[in-house]
Amino acid sequence: MSHDAHSKLIYMANQIAKFMESKPHDEGVAMLASHINDFWEPRMRNHLFEVLDAGGQGLRPLVLEAAASIRRPAAA
Amino acid sequence: MKDFIIPDRDFGTPASKSKTMVTLTIDGFDVTVPEGTSIMRAAAEIGIAVPKLCATDSVDAFGSCRLCLVEIEGRNGTPASCTTPVAPGLKVHTQNAKLEKLRRGVMELYISDHPLDCLTCSANGDCELQDMAGAVGLRDVRYEAVDTHFKAKDNSGKANPQWIPKDDSNPYFSYDPAKCIVCSRCVRACEEVQGTFALTISGRGFDSRVSAGMAGDNFLSSECVSCGACVAACPTATLQEKSVIELGTPVRSVITTCAYCGVGCSFKAELRGDELVRMTPYKNGKANRGHSCVKGRFAYGYASHKDRILSPMIRDSINDPWKEVSWAEALDFTAKRMKGIIAEHGRQSVGVITSSRCTNEEAYLVQKLTRAVFMNNNTDTCARVCHSPTGYGLGQTLGTSAGTQDFDSVEETDVVIIIGANPTDGHPVFASRLKKRLRAGAKLIVIDPRRTDIVQGPHIKAQHHLALTPGTNVAIVTALAHVIVTEGLFDEDFIRNRCDWDEFQDYAEFVSQPQNSPEAVQMLTGVPAEQVREAARLYALGGNGSIYYGLGVTEHSQGSTTVIGIANLAMLTGNVGRPGVGVNPLRGQNNVQGSCDMGSFPHELPGYRHVKIDAVRETYEKVWGVQIDSEPGLRIPNMLDAAVEGTFKGLYCQGEDILQSDPDTKHVAAGLAAMDCVIVHDLFLNETANYAHVFLPGSPFLEKDGTFTNAERRINRVRKVMAPRQGYADWEITQMLANAMGADWTYTHPSQIMDEIALTTPSFAGVTYEKLETMGSIQWPCNEKAPEGTPLMHVDGFVRGKGKFINTEYVATDERTGPRFPLLLTTGRILSQYNVGAQTRRTSNVVWHAEDVLEIHPHDAEVRGVKDGDWVRLASRSGETTLHAKITDRVTPGVVYTTFHHPDTQANVITTDYSDWATNCPEYKVTAVQVAPSNGPSEWQEDYAAQARLARRILPAAE
Repeated sequence: MSHDAHSKLIYMANQIAKFMESKPHDEGVAMLASHINDFWEPRMRNHLFEVLDAGGQGLRPLVLEAAASIRRPAAA
Repeated sequence: MKDFIIPDRDFGTPASKSKTMVTLTIDGFDVTVPEGTSIMRAAAEIGIAVPKLCATDSVDAFGSCRLCLVEIEGRNGTPASCTTPVAPGLKVHTQNAKLEKLRRGVMELYISDHPLDCLTCSANGDCELQDMAGAVGLRDVRYEAVDTHFKAKDNSGKANPQWIPKDDSNPYFSYDPAKCIVCSRCVRACEEVQGTFALTISGRGFDSRVSAGMAGDNFLSSECVSCGACVAACPTATLQEKSVIELGTPVRSVITTCAYCGVGCSFKAELRGDELVRMTPYKNGKANRGHSCVKGRFAYGYASHKDRILSPMIRDSINDPWKEVSWAEALDFTAKRMKGIIAEHGRQSVGVITSSRCTNEEAYLVQKLTRAVFMNNNTDTCARVCHSPTGYGLGQTLGTSAGTQDFDSVEETDVVIIIGANPTDGHPVFASRLKKRLRAGAKLIVIDPRRTDIVQGPHIKAQHHLALTPGTNVAIVTALAHVIVTEGLFDEDFIRNRCDWDEFQDYAEFVSQPQNSPEAVQMLTGVPAEQVREAARLYALGGNGSIYYGLGVTEHSQGSTTVIGIANLAMLTGNVGRPGVGVNPLRGQNNVQGSCDMGSFPHELPGYRHVKIDAVRETYEKVWGVQIDSEPGLRIPNMLDAAVEGTFKGLYCQGEDILQSDPDTKHVAAGLAAMDCVIVHDLFLNETANYAHVFLPGSPFLEKDGTFTNAERRINRVRKVMAPRQGYADWEITQMLANAMGADWTYTHPSQIMDEIALTTPSFAGVTYEKLETMGSIQWPCNEKAPEGTPLMHVDGFVRGKGKFINTEYVATDERTGPRFPLLLTTGRILSQYNVGAQTRRTSNVVWHAEDVLEIHPHDAEVRGVKDGDWVRLASRSGETTLHAKITDRVTPGVVYTTFHHPDTQANVITTDYSDWATNCPEYKVTAVQVAPSNGPSEWQEDYAAQARLARRILPAAE
């Protein structure tokens, strides 16, 4: 996975976070996680977890808070 | 083949909408009609055809030909039945000795100045003048034609100054003044039906002539938009389709649905044998009500264009030339390759793209192919790049991914907001219906960076044009809500009854914040605050308020947020759930709605049901006999990313040209080039086919059965007008491919596919081909609760239960202007061309738009030394291209605009990979660019053209 592709995913996750930040906090966290669960295919979520597992650098705080509720794809 | 001739009777004058009924007697028969109906129409209702020439039911009565005279007991004289309304108890006589004599006298005068070349006339057999001469029993003409309009030379052989030669300037129809009886039907159709006012009657008395544009104009140089309304209205050969002149009058007709934009007009395909003579708009079509535009009416020639590929082709590598092969060989080659990829890289390594130009049944089969045969959810559709935010935004707020109204609703609207849509170009027939309502007094607010034609035109003018900076839709929409909430203009009863009151309060608090006021966002949007306030007041208080929007809303980083904001506005003001109001996405392609309905998105099965829901998967697992993946699949941009990564290797792409239509062309090309098997299923060797290994020739809408679903959720039949020239309809080809891959599909007609859709999809449960046959069309949801379909959504409650207000925080796009790229590029379409132009570029429509040009404001042009018509280089951080400049103040300073109809321009080399936060719909509408003078095509354009030339080589067929 190239650095470029990771940065694209970080960008996309942060875009979602920016929308969810204007919601009441708990709803925003829950909606962010469910949005990623519903629309991101396993390959993308795997890449996101690569970023998260490495400390989640570059991700907005709401993404980090939601991380626990994001579904980790089953090993392929 | 079944013949669908449905009598298209002409009732003479338009129907009255009055609820008060009136009874009168015509020729001894009682007839009851709505108040305001003409006597002519009342007579027609009971089958009595009063002779007429200047009357036709598409336009208001005019009373000029004096042929439709009748006598009314107790009234003086012989009034024209077209202009005389019914009244209770009238006793009307349409035929007696006096009327017969008067009518013959009128006809005699008409005929005295009309050429009697009926046998060789192109309208022979289809001429109302001829019919009326017969109907009134004209047997003799006593007048000798001395001064005429129709003889090129007078009796002494000198040129006749009254004679005007035929105007053949329009590619599709001719105007022959010699045949004209000056009934004004064409002029009135241009005004009342189309709303362009291109035609007039010049001169007076004997000099009266139909004239297009200004003196000196012909039809092509005038403002005529070639919609064909005048041609349809003309009773003689004066305005005639050139195809009829060439081929003769048609003898049979088939009702079908246009394959261009999301209006989904009904047409009669009129033929001789299997030769299509003309397409005429179908009067009983509920989307178009007898009107049409230049694309649907005339631009169908692409189906028989020489570029159309009729044989399957394969090649090992994209560097090889194509080899024409049999269907069996092509399918065998494809199945082997795809199976090989799946065996080596796993079932997730392949996927499909369904087409919004194909039928519902075809889209359904393509997504079924990936879900039930490839065993993944990797399906996407071109709606990804246009209306995917509509699906998300309306789904979240109202509960369903579709427009709330039918097109008839516009007749009852009082205030219209148009955001990011250019209906006179993109959705012309809807625009004509809208303009008619605007001329009758409805108010208009346009939110668009460009001064589109709907902003100001003949007898229409927007009350407010909010010419915002591209990328600031959310700021404007939220500011409108700010005004409605803070000034107390919202509909509290509606919100309390229909929406979640707590969510409303949270939302109200959010929009009321000072940073959302029109004054605060003025710096961002460039729109004067007072104008925003006035527009908000007008929409909230002006009666029935409706919102129509297009891709100028969706194709942004915050596309979904704007859609949510639009739904918020409608709920705030109680403008949902009755005629004349609502939230109406104007869909780009004919079947965008349908392809989305049919489960083309990777996260949902047909009917917008997420693949994670067990019960939904079980429904399909039972019918299909397979296990369905519960994880969402890859979207188009994900497929391309995965291809570049090396995990996605095979793609079946039906009727979609992603290389031309998707953003960041270089990235798309890299993704396609990295795949081992790209299957393009299309009419032509499109741009994507440059990277394909298999080409499966497709069939146009004229050659297959099926259904399209338009922007009003209306399911319309597509009927096979002629046999597929390459042997198979597209649904048959997908089935053959599935079966070659090991499936066992046995559909023999698309109606069986619709039966499967109805069986598995609750919103389609009541849809059958039989019902479509009897009802003409059906708007979904159609099920037990609504057996005849649903013209208006959310009437008693929202589909999701309570309407949901969602906060819409403005987040500026990261695509920003700076010193290197100081201008903002936005893109759109033009009337005569359609999307990537694959169809319309292969018709005579190119006379109106032969190339994409760059619209630039005079100030921006001057500082760059650019003159009108110059080659300019258009560059963004993604790439650069060149095109000709057009200097215009339609765009504001700082904004440039172009269309994306031509592959040579490759506007998408310029667009970036920014996309909507929720759906990844690309941000086509905002790109920071620089414009500079140039000498000609860029290096990229030349390289691209060379690669395309090589990739399109076809080996001569083996002996």
